[in-house]
Amino acid sequence: MDEQREQFTFDFHHERPEIVRGGDELKIKIGDFAGPLDLLLFLIKQERADIFDIPIARITQKYLEYIRTMKKLDIAVAADFLVMAATLIEIKSRLLLPRDPTAEIDEEFDDPRKELVDQLLEYEKYKSAAGMLYERSTIEQAIFTRGVIESDENNAEVDATVFDLLSVFQKIAARHADEVKMEIEREEVSLADMIKTLKRRIFELGEVSMSAFFEEMHSKRELVTAFIAVLEIVRTESIRLMQIKTFADIVIRRVDAPQKV
Amino acid sequence: MSEAAAAKTARSTSELVALVEALIFVADEPVTAKLLGEVLEEERGSVQAAIDKLVREYEGRESGLQIREIAGGWQLTTRTEFHDEVRQFLKTRPSAKLSLPSLETLAVIAYKQPVTVPEILDIRGVQSATSIKTLLDKRLIVAKGRKETVGRPMQYGTSKEFLLQFGLKDLSELPSIEDFEDMAINNDQLEVVGE
Repeated sequence: MDEQREQFTFDFHHERPEIVRGGDELKIKIGDFAGPLDLLLFLIKQERADIFDIPIARITQKYLEYIRTMKKLDIAVAADFLVMAATLIEIKSRLLLPRDPTAEIDEEFDDPRKELVDQLLEYEKYKSAAGMLYERSTIEQAIFTRGVIESDENNAEVDATVFDLLSVFQKIAARHADEVKMEIEREEVSLADMIKTLKRRIFELGEVSMSAFFEEMHSKRELVTAFIAVLEIVRTESIRLMQIKTFADIVIRRVDAPQKV
Repeated sequence: MSEAAAAKTARSTSELVALVEALIFVADEPVTAKLLGEVLEEERGSVQAAIDKLVREYEGRESGLQIREIAGGWQLTTRTEFHDEVRQFLKTRPSAKLSLPSLETLAVIAYKQPVTVPEILDIRGVQSATSIKTLLDKRLIVAKGRKETVGRPMQYGTSKEFLLQFGLKDLSELPSIEDFEDMAINNDQLEVVGE
């Protein structure tokens, strides 16, 4: 840490001074920028420059210093920050070009900075709006509603969606991925067999825990077959997938099965 | 309709106010005056009058609770002043806030909806893919179909959850985006004056 901070001392002998500010403060500020426009606004404010008359050379230099520092601190510089650097350099070079002396003297000549200024002004509005949203959410977190009342609706099993199924499947598939390293060739279970097994189990027991059923599978292939069997059986039979609450186990149940009390 | 009429004559104003209070209390979500009217078989106008009376009653007696309008409905909540004690009692902490980039992205979506990813990029000047994913995961924004333009990009807008989490009656309650422009410029001027 200290070693890093050493690097950012001002070196006048160096062709380009790298950084002016102290290590810690700088690092925090870099983390806070929401994007290149945010950084640019900060630099303009810091340099006490007029947004309608940006000293492009000075601001470009500061901007590049920051990007170099970010690189030194091993912060991945997003491509968007580099795009802005290129834009700044382009504007700077266009400002350096002599204007066509034969051209009519126009009060409102085409300022190369105009587009950037418009973009900055537009962005600043949304930045302020984001601040407003932050305040609102803070206030809202200080307000509480009553606790949950038991009712048929919030007590009944939440109908599981395909995505819930998929997440159970993925969880178990992930667990199996590490487990089955030395797989011995075994007889493949066909989809028809799998459906038969599952059906028999459901009709015997009334309901089957989905994760328990998946856990019984020995290979990824079997797991996939089991998953398809569940989908198939729900589609064709009088069977429902129930989830007592979000993230709870999904249960495969016969619609006409007596409810457990 | 005759039943409704009978019910209406049978109920006194104070009874209706009490009923509205009870239903707002048990509702899981903000409940609309329309729904209350349907359930109680009352005119929308008299339900609204009952709600207004209720709001005034809670305010009048400096209750620890308030009836507030949010996301198009009415809700019974604690007052902000008591958040410390309530939180202590519930043993909860404020949940994690959205990051700066996510808040900015949300602001752009709230004001520009329906808006596409490239349009958000134009305003923010930075890719917003991660923020959009966060906002979708938190159900603050929803996909609003594709825009009929090159590449048919997906459009996004804010959700009801957004209104709830940011305490808004509806989107029109958001201050106009142009107000922020004035604010930003005024701030700049203030800074200059201060120097």
